Amino acid sequence: MAKGTMYIDGQRVEFDGEKNVLAVIRKAGIDMPTFCYNSELSTYGACRMCVVEDERGKIEASCSMEPRNGLKIRTNTSKLLKHRRMILELILASHDRDCTICEKTESCQLQELALRFGIRKVRFENTRARLEKDESSLCIGRDPNKCVLCGDCVRMCSEVQGVGVINFAHRGSELQVMPAFDRKLADTNCVGCGQCAAICPTGALHINNQIGDAWRALHDPKKRVVIQIAPSVRVGVGEAFGLPRTENCMNKLVAALRMMGADEIYDTNVGADMTVMEESKEFLERLKKGGPFPMFTSCCPAWVKHVENEMPQYLRNISTCKSPMQMFAALLMDQCARKDKEDGKKTYHIAIMPCTAKKMEAARPEFRRGGEPDVDLVLTSREVIMMIKEMGIQFAELEGESPDMPYGIASGAGAIFGTTGGVAEAVVRRILPDKSKDTLKMLSYSGLHGTEEIRSVTLPYGERDLHVAIVHGLGNARKLITEIEEGRAYYDLIEVMTCRGGCVGGAGQPTVTMAQKRERAAGLYETDRGSMIKSSEQNPVITMMYEGPLKGRTHEMLHVHYEMPKKPAK
Amino acid sequence: MNKNLEKVTRIVESYDCEPANLIAIMQEIQTAFNYLSEEALVLVADMLEIPISRVYSVATFYENFSLEAKGEHIIKVCTGTACHVRKSEPIYNALREDLGLTGKKKTSADGKFTLETVACLGACGLAPVMTIDGEVHSKMTPDAAIALVDEIRRKEA
Repeated sequence: MAKGTMYIDGQRVEFDGEKNVLAVIRKAGIDMPTFCYNSELSTYGACRMCVVEDERGKIEASCSMEPRNGLKIRTNTSKLLKHRRMILELILASHDRDCTICEKTESCQLQELALRFGIRKVRFENTRARLEKDESSLCIGRDPNKCVLCGDCVRMCSEVQGVGVINFAHRGSELQVMPAFDRKLADTNCVGCGQCAAICPTGALHINNQIGDAWRALHDPKKRVVIQIAPSVRVGVGEAFGLPRTENCMNKLVAALRMMGADEIYDTNVGADMTVMEESKEFLERLKKGGPFPMFTSCCPAWVKHVENEMPQYLRNISTCKSPMQMFAALLMDQCARKDKEDGKKTYHIAIMPCTAKKMEAARPEFRRGGEPDVDLVLTSREVIMMIKEMGIQFAELEGESPDMPYGIASGAGAIFGTTGGVAEAVVRRILPDKSKDTLKMLSYSGLHGTEEIRSVTLPYGERDLHVAIVHGLGNARKLITEIEEGRAYYDLIEVMTCRGGCVGGAGQPTVTMAQKRERAAGLYETDRGSMIKSSEQNPVITMMYEGPLKGRTHEMLHVHYEMPKKPAK
Repeated sequence: MNKNLEKVTRIVESYDCEPANLIAIMQEIQTAFNYLSEEALVLVADMLEIPISRVYSVATFYENFSLEAKGEHIIKVCTGTACHVRKSEPIYNALREDLGLTGKKKTSADGKFTLETVACLGACGLAPVMTIDGEVHSKMTPDAAIALVDEIRRKEA
């Protein structure tokens, strides 16, 4: 990798392996504006916001320039500023500027840059015909009138997730981002991961907002609103209120939700503990029976959907365990049915998740009983943040409150479900006979932690070794499967999470960089370290449930068989 | 699988199912069927193991690819500089009206005619020119163009 020195606005800056001049500029402390550049994706060079001027007055996009020794550039000449303002003005001219009521308001990059560059007037008329919105997906909404054609979503969907549902279509002034044949997202192979919406700089792709349904239920006196909160939400919400990403805000969140009128609030970590129990049991059975291996984890609904869509031959390799959300919901609804009869109320179950795909999972026919879904509504962290803001709750100042009993006690293994590697580690903790401190420490250094995209660990287990792999990003999952098919790798257990970084980086959370996802993960590992219960089977709530409501019913309540779907239009 | 798709399969196979040959594959399919049908494109994407959105992206980028079934007769009106100066646009508009084409539609409702434009036929001395099924008609006027279309209609009626 190239090393050297360059001069940015007269400032001497060393570079060492940065992939482009833009990265060096940002390292030098200048927040160069961009739409189409994202360090985790390939360079596209379309938006031209990151232009710089060299000594001869030549203008070039810094994202597409290689750092060179002795290079002298300026980032803020009058020519460049005028150029950037013009780009913004032109984008704004053909943009649906209903900012005050836009889903992305406050988190919109276009809005931020227009503000930063002081664009107060748009001289050009919008000549683009109004295009139809796509609200077919339960997870994501698409409004082509707000698209700036940066292509971030296109590259996210194909490069990171390997799904490629959306792409550019047509050309010139008719260029648009859309699924093939302008199909509705619901009619495509979209897995609902929402990463396109997370990376979209405007409101063109956004989370399907269901706050209205939540308020209606909370304000309905005939409804008992029961809430579960997923592991990674507790480290995803606080930053919107100025709290550090590493801080576990579970208790503040519980307090806020009680203020909103929730009747019962539980911890999905208990569901995660149940998943660990069932998944490890299933894994041990497979070891006895001799397969099928690899066994894939089943917590991530986008992953399950991807397998159904693109490689149904691997459905039998996916664990039959429901996801923690659905396991917990099945148990809860079973319990609440009795309560409902007693007091004449109707239970309305809300799951607060870091994930847009969970909205789709909750609506699956497999998770309905008697026509009613186990989870009535999935709210993402972002939606809950908006609700807290709407209430005017000073979140950072709140006194924390504990979730309700009995489903308020969970193990540390349940907490780390929210990060890549967490599910695998929790299962390994359960099946390893030695649960000493040293073993736990060894596990944390074994490679289970971290954010490398494909990681593997080999652990001694009785007379054989267990080969465990962890992968995040669907594109990486596919890579790993190809390796296995070609006989270059073998694994017994593979944890797959669709979003990079795992659920802490879910599209339902405020969008952050990889480094910031690591901070959230650190918050979960911190919670695990502070937890008295390390392994799921040591959780007294789990023991109580297995001797009580789950006795003899684990298969019916906690497992699911995904039917081979009719092949949808690709 | 129907016959058309079998032919598509053979075309894709003749290019070794290589994604880099996408454009050539689509050109050949278009030559065979006059246009690119949705089912043909879906099959191409499946065989090349690339997302259909990418195939669609390429197919819609090039003006030469048509995603609509074309009519039995293809009319091309030249819009090159010489023809433009000698008023080819009124000819195009008159034909559009006569064929009942609106918006982005290029093919008449009865499936008989497809109206397209062409950049230059190299027959500038004969401007304005148009072609019907490859045959060049020179020094056209709106009325003469409609008369040619009517003649085909009469012959086939």
